[in-house]
Amino acid sequence: MATSSVYTPAGFNFSNQIRNTFLQERGVPLPKATSTGTTIVGCLFKDGVVLGADTRATEGDIVADKNCEKIHYITDSIRCCGAGTAADTEFTTALISSNMELHGLSTGRKPQVVTAMTMLKQMLFRYQGHVGAALVLGGVDATGPQLFTIHPHGSTDKLPYVTMGSGSLAAMAVFESGWQPNMTRDDALNLVKAAVAAGIFNDLGSGSNIDACIITATHTEMLRNVETPNERVQKERRYVFRRGTTAWKTESVRKLIVNEETTIIGGDAMDTS
Amino acid sequence: MDRVDVQQLKSGEVNLGTSIMAVQFKDGVVIGADSRTTTGSYIANRVTDKLTHVHDRIYCCRSGSAADTQAVADIVHYYLQMHAQTTGTPSVHVAASLFQKLCYENKDALSAGIIVAGWDKDGPSVYNIPLGGGLFRQPWAIGGSGSTYVYGYCDATYKDGWGRDETVEFVKNTLALAMSRDGSSGGVIRMCVITEDKVERLFVPGDQLPKFWEGDEVLPTAVAWK
Repeated sequence: MATSSVYTPAGFNFSNQIRNTFLQERGVPLPKATSTGTTIVGCLFKDGVVLGADTRATEGDIVADKNCEKIHYITDSIRCCGAGTAADTEFTTALISSNMELHGLSTGRKPQVVTAMTMLKQMLFRYQGHVGAALVLGGVDATGPQLFTIHPHGSTDKLPYVTMGSGSLAAMAVFESGWQPNMTRDDALNLVKAAVAAGIFNDLGSGSNIDACIITATHTEMLRNVETPNERVQKERRYVFRRGTTAWKTESVRKLIVNEETTIIGGDAMDTS
Repeated sequence: MDRVDVQQLKSGEVNLGTSIMAVQFKDGVVIGADSRTTTGSYIANRVTDKLTHVHDRIYCCRSGSAADTQAVADIVHYYLQMHAQTTGTPSVHVAASLFQKLCYENKDALSAGIIVAGWDKDGPSVYNIPLGGGLFRQPWAIGGSGSTYVYGYCDATYKDGWGRDETVEFVKNTLALAMSRDGSSGGVIRMCVITEDKVERLFVPGDQLPKFWEGDEVLPTAVAWK
C-alpha cells in the first residue's frame, strides 16, 4: 500500500500561484524577464524597403552578446527585426516563418507581408502582451514594398519609416529630420545607418555594430555588420605576467588515462540471430 | 485583489488617447478622428488612421487600446464579409450589434470605446458603444479622452437637418477644439463622408486646423509700441 507521502493527486498543482499571490501581497515584485535594449528601424524607398538593427543583447546592465543578429528571416522577400524579450522575438519570428512557408506551399503563391503581419498580431493579441515581442516587419510582395510595426499587445501600424526598441526615440529623431519621399536605395541605406548609429551612441541599451537588410522585388541583400563603429583597438601595453612571477616548490605529473580491467563471469552470449 | 479597473490600460500598452466623432445628416454620415497614438508619453504614430473600414458603407471610429480595437474591428470585418456572402449586404445595426456583442461579452478584458456609423437601405445611422458594451443610437456621437472637453460645444451647436458641408464643418471644428485641449489627442484630422453613392475621405493637415481664440499677443512688437 502506498503511503500518503508517495501519493500525488491527479491534475494541476496551483501551490505556486498561491505562493506568488501571497508574495505579491507582501510587496515582493515578480522577477523580470530578460529583455533586449535595442534599436531597430525600417524605411521605405523608391523600389523597396531597408531594415536596420544594432547588435547588442543585454541581460539587465550586462552585455550578453556583443554581435547578435536581430534581423530575422520570414520568407525570401520578407524580414522582421525584433526588440523586447529576446527569446520571444526569436521564437515568434521562427514560428511565423514556418507558417508562412507552409502557407506559400498550400496556396501556390508568394505570401504577402500583410499575411505575416496578421499572423503575428493575432498571436501576440492572443497572448495579451505576455509574449514580449516588439517587431518591425518589412518586405516586398505583389502589392509593392510594405513596412509595419507590431507592438507586444498586438496592435499594428503601417508607416513609411518606423523605429522600435529602447533606442527608438534617438532613431526616430534622425528619420523625422532626414526622411524624404521616394528616396534612392543608397540614400535610404545611409539614413537607416544614421538612425541605428543614433541609437547605438545615445541609448545605453543599444550598441556594437549595424546590421542592415535591403529588400527589393528581385533581390534581398542581408548586410551583416555593414558598419562596425566600435572596433576594439590594440591595447597600448601588454598585461601578460612575466614567466616565473609565481614561485613553485613541488612538481607532480599525474596520469589522466585510467586503465580498466574487465573480467567476464560466465553466462551465455546474447542471441543476436 | 483589487477590483478590475476597465479604464486602466496594461503597462506599456499602446493607447489611442483619442478624439473621435460621428454625425448623421440627411444623405449620410460624417465621421472624424484625430491621428495620435501614444505609448505613455511617446507618440508612437502621429498620422494614425482611426477610421476603420468594416464593410462597403459601414465604418467605425476606434478609441481605447489600439490592440483591442484593431482585434475587435478585424473580427467584425470578417463576420460582415461572411454576412454579405450568405445573407446579403449587412445593415449598420447588424455591424453595431456585432461590435456590442464582442465588447459586452469580453468587457473584463477589453478597453474599447467604439462609434459605428454608416449608410444602409434605411438611411444613415450612428451607434455609440462606450466602455461597458452598451449600444446607443444617436444623431451624433463623440468619444475618446478628448470628447469630454467638447460636449458643451456639441450640445450648443448641433442642429437637425444639416447638409453635408455644414456637418463636415461641425465635425472639423469639434475635433480641432478637442485636440487643442486634450494632450492625448492631436496631429491631423481625418474624416470620411459616407453616402449611398460613395465613401469620400477628407484630410486636414496639422498646420491647417481651424483656429479659435488663442489669446492676444503677450508682447507688442517694438515698432507697434512706438
